[in-house]
This record gives sequence, C-alpha cells and structure tokens, in this order.
Amino acid sequence: MIILEHINYWVVVILMMTGFYVVISHNNLVKKLIGINIFQTSIFILFISFGKVDGGTAPILSEGYQNFSAPLPHVLILTAIVVGIATTALGLALVIRINRAFNTVEDDEIKKAMSQ
Amino acid sequence: MSSSSMLLVAVLVPLLGAIGIYITGKHPNLRETVTLIAAGLLLLIVYSLLPGVLAGARPEYKFFEIFPGLDVAFRLEPLGMLFACIASLLWPVNSIYSIGYMRGNNEKKQTCFYICFAVAIASTIGIAFSANLITLFIFYETLTLSTYPLVTHKGNDAAKKSGRVYLGILLTTSICLLLPAIIWIYSIADTTAFTEGGILPATTHKSVLLALLLMTTYGIGKAAVMPVHRWLPAAMVAPTPVSALLHAVAVVKAGVFSIVKIMTYIFSPAVLSEQLDINFVIYLSSFTIIAASFVALQADNLKRRLAYSTISQLSYVVLATALLAPLSILGAALHILAHAFGKITLFFAAGSIYTAAHKTLVSELDGIGYKMPITMLAFTIGSLSMIGVPPTAGFVSKWFILQGSFSVDSTVAIAVIVLSTLLNAGYFLPIVYRAFLKKPDGAEQSIHEAPLPMVMALSFTALMTIILFFYPDLALSLLEPWLESLS
Amino acid sequence: MTSHLAVLQVVTPLLAAPVVVILHNKTLGWLIATLVSLSCFIIACVLCLQIYDGNNIVYTLGGWAAPAGIEYHVDRLTAFLLIIISGLATFILIGARESIDNEISADRLYLFYTAFLLNLTGLLGVIVTGDAFNVFVFIEIASLSSYALISIGRDKRSLYAAYQYLIFGTIGASFILIAIGLMYAVTGTLNIHDLHERLAHVQDSRTLITALAFFIIGIGLKAAIWPLHIWLPDAYTYSPSIVSTFLAGTSTKVFIYVLIRFVFSIFGIEFSINELSVQYILMSVALIAIVYGSLQAIKQDSLKRLLAYSSIAQIGYMILAISLVTVAGVAAGLIHVFNHAIIKVTLFLCVANIIYFTGTDSINKLAGLGKQMPVTCGLFVIAGLSIIGVPLTAGFTSKWFLIKATIDSGYWLVIPVIVISSLMAIVYIWKVVEQIYFKEADHAHVVTNKAMPYSMYVSLFVFTAACIYFGLQTDINVGLAQLIADDLIGARP
Repeated sequence: MIILEHINYWVVVILMMTGFYVVISHNNLVKKLIGINIFQTSIFILFISFGKVDGGTAPILSEGYQNFSAPLPHVLILTAIVVGIATTALGLALVIRINRAFNTVEDDEIKKAMSQ
Repeated sequence: MSSSSMLLVAVLVPLLGAIGIYITGKHPNLRETVTLIAAGLLLLIVYSLLPGVLAGARPEYKFFEIFPGLDVAFRLEPLGMLFACIASLLWPVNSIYSIGYMRGNNEKKQTCFYICFAVAIASTIGIAFSANLITLFIFYETLTLSTYPLVTHKGNDAAKKSGRVYLGILLTTSICLLLPAIIWIYSIADTTAFTEGGILPATTHKSVLLALLLMTTYGIGKAAVMPVHRWLPAAMVAPTPVSALLHAVAVVKAGVFSIVKIMTYIFSPAVLSEQLDINFVIYLSSFTIIAASFVALQADNLKRRLAYSTISQLSYVVLATALLAPLSILGAALHILAHAFGKITLFFAAGSIYTAAHKTLVSELDGIGYKMPITMLAFTIGSLSMIGVPPTAGFVSKWFILQGSFSVDSTVAIAVIVLSTLLNAGYFLPIVYRAFLKKPDGAEQSIHEAPLPMVMALSFTALMTIILFFYPDLALSLLEPWLESLS
Repeated sequence: MTSHLAVLQVVTPLLAAPVVVILHNKTLGWLIATLVSLSCFIIACVLCLQIYDGNNIVYTLGGWAAPAGIEYHVDRLTAFLLIIISGLATFILIGARESIDNEISADRLYLFYTAFLLNLTGLLGVIVTGDAFNVFVFIEIASLSSYALISIGRDKRSLYAAYQYLIFGTIGASFILIAIGLMYAVTGTLNIHDLHERLAHVQDSRTLITALAFFIIGIGLKAAIWPLHIWLPDAYTYSPSIVSTFLAGTSTKVFIYVLIRFVFSIFGIEFSINELSVQYILMSVALIAIVYGSLQAIKQDSLKRLLAYSSIAQIGYMILAISLVTVAGVAAGLIHVFNHAIIKVTLFLCVANIIYFTGTDSINKLAGLGKQMPVTCGLFVIAGLSIIGVPLTAGFTSKWFLIKATIDSGYWLVIPVIVISSLMAIVYIWKVVEQIYFKEADHAHVVTNKAMPYSMYVSLFVFTAACIYFGLQTDINVGLAQLIADDLIGARP
C-alpha cells in the first residue's frame, strides 16, 4: 500500500499541478491568480503533512501530551499563508488597475493593446 | 626633470595640445600654432631622452597597479625609442603639410581633425613607451578609437562604411585574439612585462607557443597580415595627411612595432627558434607580401596602390622578425624606420597631386612631372626606397633582412624578397615613367606645384630618406645594445 | 549598540517604511529613505570591518538560540553583498528626486519611498539572515514591494509587466519554499549552518536532489537566468527609470547571492556536482544566456530594454564564473556581481536623464543627442566602454578575472563565447553611440529642452567615478571577493 502511505504527497502533487496548469493555460488574469493560490495551498499542505506524527496530538506543553506533532511547520505555514494573501491581494489590485487601463483582463487582448 | 617623468610628459603634451586646440578652435591660425607648438615640444622631449637611452638608461614610470602583476607603466627601451623618434619627428612635418592640405582643400571640421590627430599621436607615444602588454593594449585601443573620426572625416556614406570596416576589423581582432592571448600569457607567466630575454619559460609547450604566436600576429590587426588587412585600404577614404602619418606611419607601425616587441620581449627568439619546427608566421607574411604586391600592381587609384604597397611592406617587418635571426630582426627595426620616411613621402606626394591637380588615378598622371617637379622628384625617391635601390633608406633595411635570411638559410624568405622587389619596381616605376616621360594631355595648363607647406614637408621627408642611407649609424648604435640584450 | 548592528540593518528600513506613510510627504519621504539607506550603508561598512579578519558575527534574534530561534549571520560574503545593496540604494536615491517626481504622479510619491524602503528591507534581510525559511520571507517582502515599485509609474504597460513578474516571481518563490520544506523534512532544522552539517550525513539523497532541483528552478526564475528570464525585459522597460536602475543593480544580484549561499554553504559542492551535475547545467545555461542576451540587446530599439537584455547576458557571466567551481571562478563571479551592479546602474541613470530630457528612450529618436546632453552622453559612453570591458574601467577587471579563471580551469571552448559576446556588447553600445554622436539631429523628434537639474548628475557622477575607480584600484572588491571565494570553496583546488 505504498501509494496510500504517501497519500499526502499525491495530494500535494495533484494540487500543485492543477494550480500550475491553471496559471499556464488560462487567459484570464484573475483565474491565473486563483491558480497561483491553489499552487501555494499545495505547498502549505506539504509542509503541514511533514509535521504530522501518527497519533500525535496538538503540541501543548503539559502533562499527557507526550506524542505531539511538530509545531514548527505550522508556524512557518502561518507566515507563508500571510505572504500568500499579500501576494493575492497585490495581484488582484494589479488586475483591477489593468482592467481600468486596458478595459480587459484577458491576457491576449492586453498583449495586443501593448504591442500597438 | 628626471627622465622617468619625461615619459609621462611626452604623452601628456599631445593631450594638452588637443585641449588647447579645442579651446582655440575658433581661430584657425592660433589653433595651428598650438598644434605646431605641441608637436615641437614633443619632438624636443623625445629627443632629450635619446642620449640617456644611447648611454644605456632605461627610464621607467609607473602609473598604478590594477592588481598584482598587472600595472599600467612606461619603460623606455631602444626599440620604443626608435619608434617614438619616428613618430615625434614626423608629427611636426605632417602638421605643416596638413595645414597646407586642409586649407588647400577647404576641408570641414578641421578642429576635430587636429584634436583627434593629437590624441592619436599621444596613443602612439604611449605604445612606444609601454612597459607591458596591458599598457600596450590600452594605447593600441585608444589609437584605434581616436583615428576612427579621422577615417570618417568626410562624413559621407562611403566614409562611414569604411569607418565600420576599420573599426570592426581592428576591434574584433584585438578583442578576440590579442586580449585572450594577453590573459593567457599572464596566466602562464604571471606577468605581462616586456623583459629582455622573454617571459615565457622555455618549457612552454610547442603548441601553446604556436597558438600564442598566431593569436598575437592576427590579434594585432594593425600589422595588416592577410587576411586581416582589409581595414587599411578602407582607411584610405580619410584625408591624405591622415593616410600619410597614421596609415603609413603611426597606426601601421604601431602594429608591426607591437609584433616585433612581443616577439622579442615576450617570446624569446632563442626559445622560439628552438621549439618551433615550422614557423607559420613566415609563410603567412610571405604570402601577404606577394599577394598585396599583385593587388597593388592592378590598382589604378594611387592611394589604393600605396595602401597595398604598405600592406606588403609591413609584412616585410613581420617576416624579418619571424625569421628570428639577429640580423633580420635588426633589419625589421630598420625597416620600420626606412619605410616610415619613404611611405610618408609617397603619401605626401599623392596628397599634393590631389590638392594641386585633383587627380587620384595613376592613369591620369601623364607628364605631371613637369608641372610638379619637386613633388614627383620626391615621389621618385620614395619609390626607390620602397624598391630598395641605393641611395635610399629602403636599401639598408632590405640589406639586413636579406643577410638575416641568408644566415638562417631561409630560401622562402630570400625568394619572396627578390620577387617582391621586382613587383615593387613593377608598380612604382610606371608611375615615375608616366610622370616624366609621357606627354601630358595638354588640355590642362593650370596645374602648378602644391602649396608651399606641403612641398616643404615632402622635400624634408624625401631628403631624410636619402640621409638615412648615408648615416644609419644613429639608428644602428641605438639598436645594437637592444640586439645584444635579446640573445 | 554595536552588537545589534546586524539586525539594525533590517529593522531600520522596516520601521522607516510606515513612518513615511504616516508623514505623507514626498520630501520627507525622500529624506528618510536616503538617510535610512545611508545608515544601512554605514552599518554594512562597519560590519565589514568587524568581520574582515574572519570573526563572523552571529546574532540571535530575541535571544533564542539557534535551532529554535532565528539567527542573523554576518560573514564576508554577507558583508560584501550588504555593502553593494545599501551603497547602491543610498547613492541612487541621493540624486533621484527629480527623476522620480517626473515619472511618478504626485499623489503616489510617498508610497514610492515606502515601497522602496520595504524593498530594501527584503533585500538586506535575504542577505543577512541565517535561517532558510527567513530567506523565503524576505524574498517575498522584496518581491512584493518590487511589484508595487514597477507598477507605480504612469506607463500603463508597467501594470501588466508587474503582473507578469508577480506570477513568475510567486512561482519562483514557491519553488524555493518547496526546496526549503524538503530540506527541513530530511534534517529537521532551518538554520543554514545546521542544515549544512546535517545534510552532510543524510543518506536519503533522493529528497535532497528534488530539493536542489526545485531550488535551482526557483532561483533561476528569480535571478532571471535564461530561459526563465522572460519577465525581466518588460519589468525593466516599463517601470519608472529609477526603479529599473535600482532593480537592475540589486535584485538579481541578491538572488545570485542566494544561489551561491545555498549551493556552496547548504547543499555543499560535492553534492551539487556529483548528484545533479549542477555545474554543467549552469554552465551551459549561462553560455546560452550570454549569447542570447547580447543578441537580443542588439535588436532592441528601446534603450531600457537593450540594457535589460544586456543584464540577462551579464547574469550569464556571473553564473558562468560561479559554475567553474574554483576559487578563481567564484571570485570572478563575485567581482562581476560588484562591478556589473555599478556599471549597469550608471547606464540606467544615464537613461533616466535621457528620459527626463527627451521623454523617450527609443534609440532611433535620439539622433544628435550628444550635442544637446554632452555630459550624460559622455558618461554613457564611459559606462558603455565599461560594460564592453575596455581596460581602465571596472568591466575590464571582471572580464580579465573571468577569462583567467576559465583558462585556469581548462574550459577553452568557453573563451570564444565570452570574447564574441564582448564584441556583441560593442555592437549594441556602438549602436547608441553612433545615433547620439554621428547622426545629425532629426528635428521631427520631440525635445522638451527642459533644463536638467544639477541634482540628476550627482548619482551619475558618483557611479561613473566608481566605474573608473574600480578599473584602476581593485584592492577592495577583488581582495574581498578572493577572500570570500576562499571561504566558500576552501581547500578545494
């Protein structure tokens, strides 16, 4: 059952490639941003799944919590999520301004407008 | 002032002259005075260094060190002294000639012309004084760049096109071949200083030596060894004084001077002759001598013919150096001197003819000897020197080169020299014949001798060509200790 | 106080950024940004003097010791980069006011300085931190602020350029994050020095290879290494001139630093070479980058785009030098990082002046500019000569060491590429020179004939002087670079 053992990696890879595909294939700038988000989420899952210990509990410093998951990845991912949100926010802000400037959020139309 | 700081002053004088010319640009008379003063000063400074060098002094001047083993510095030795003497003696002469030519032909942008000229002379002196390859390379490039505006002086499309060829070939060869060769040499020897006896160790592998030899021969595009000679005919679009001083003396001589200097001070002739079974440079330069002569034979444009003659004569120097015999190396150095005076005379004459009669083709020169006797007499002397007929300087250098080739039994070299002498006669004597023995067309009565400054200049150089035949002692006494230091 | 210098490097610009927002004033904003950059520069110099002998500074953030807490680590390599970045920031800002006022609308000016300070925070943070995850965070701070900087100008195309950069940049940063995550998974630590020690004993090299691969791709995107450079030309072309100047000088350099740091200090040379032959991958990519960048530069009409492509080629030089993996090679790479920063900034500052004066950077419209802007054009030529690698300029030192390192390593076939690309550099610089000096002015083009404010020459003169100074006196940069290369590669021949 080697596949199931590594189920977290499979999920990560599938999510990552889905996100990546969306970024590459879609013409719409907002959809590209959504793709980026899916892509980043997969990395969050990757990190958190590293920290998970079988049967581990939440990492609380107290009696009865011997076997707990590693807390560090969670902390890291909290930071990474903040970074991700900032990126998405900035990206969306750019898209709004692009829409005002070019009257479109479609990749090819913007390129056409720029080459003129 | 100590002779080391004189080295610096010698380079600064033409540069300051250039600034002076820029400031006085609006007043032609004043501007020309500045040029002449700078030229005169330079002459004095360079010749004041001569006694010291003859007595065995080797003054040095160090600017700064870029990093260990690589500094920008001057060091005066006999060969450089000789080259500096030639350049500084011919600058005032050429300036006088330029004044006549530029005014006689109403050329535009004269200030720019004189400025670039002064910078080019400063670079030439810099090359002559260089203490190491990197300094030489720097001044070599500034010489290329400062002569570019002179080549494109006319500003028309032909001039620009020629300018591109000029810049393209000279920069490409120097950056693609010379610079890597310098770095390679540095990587082997940890220095690039010109040292008596060479800096490349005798243990250097044969193929490395050969590669470096070819890289420097072709990297120094100014020496115009075929096939990197195309820039020289292209540069002939420039006004004649430029062709005369720069493309018969300063630029091309800087090329062969660099080759001689590298062959003797970086490689050691002793090591080279021991290590190399076949010296390709001999064949390359032999080919250039003959091929260029054939092209010259067919050229109808006078300046073009002179340009190809220059290419051929330059390869004499390369050939003589590549023979690696002491006598032929001496001949090479003498040939730099002899060819300088001979060829500048020829160019001066061509410029005079253009100014006075507006003629550029050989076939138009019938009977011109009667209209412009002094010019054509000088031209004849120059031609004889090119062929190597006594009593001209060309004979002396050719004599040494021949002796050198006999001493190493190089049949190729001997054959090439004999054949090319015939060819030289073949393309110079018809001009003399036309000028003096053919009847003029008769339609043109208005041709007179060229303006006085031009005639003065070309008489002087013609005279020098003869004087050097009778009194080569000064040059010989300068070069002999140099020759001894090589072996 | 002196013991906190390492962290002050990051904290000062970070705290100054919100202050600028609150003050809401462009003059004060400029003043604060300049002073902060200057203080960072001074701190960097002091740090450099402190660690010059090899006594590295380790600063534990908040007093938490290494594995759990975050460390800031200053060694020679760090100090070298800190000086470059903060120095560039300072001297660019000093003379940048007029150009910024001209190209950015007045209501956004204070935001420009905020974003600039945040960018500086990010760049300096990446360099100084000793924690792998922290590197990622700072990369993102630097990147996010640079997206903002690029899109802050008036040119609407800059919006799209910033968006493109955002997409590529985020993917790049995420890849780096994955690499860091995988390393953490094998070792359980994020501290760079711990990582190095523990990775040496890790048997499971497959995870590590994956990490290295992700890392190389991620950093390639960020540092604009061919073929992952596509965002760069647009970003440099459409952003305000001062932004292009600053980014060209700093951001790619910082990512080269991250590359050096990770490959040499974390993965270790043996691993990088043996397991993934990173050396050859980087070398071949670098060679293509050199040729491709130079070729593209020749074709461009926009001066900024020309310089952007030239940057791609120059990044190729740095990667090439590093990929030799010898002391001489890494030293040559670092020397070029230093010199190219100065040269490219000089060139971009010239363009900033040209744009201020004429309102365009199209080469075809610049005919005869040499007469109208003699100083700027003259300085452009000097910097141009430097990027070609003419002796007595900084560029020559770089090329000299690069070629010498290549000869020493025996990669003969690489030398023609370097030489030919130098020729191509001549062509693209000459193209501009011919247009500004040897073409008669075409009266059809618009010349605003604004009087050039003197302040715009200040930075330009500083950097041109540096271009020449570092061509003549190489003790500082070459000396330091060689020490660093020794540190990194050590006894390895």
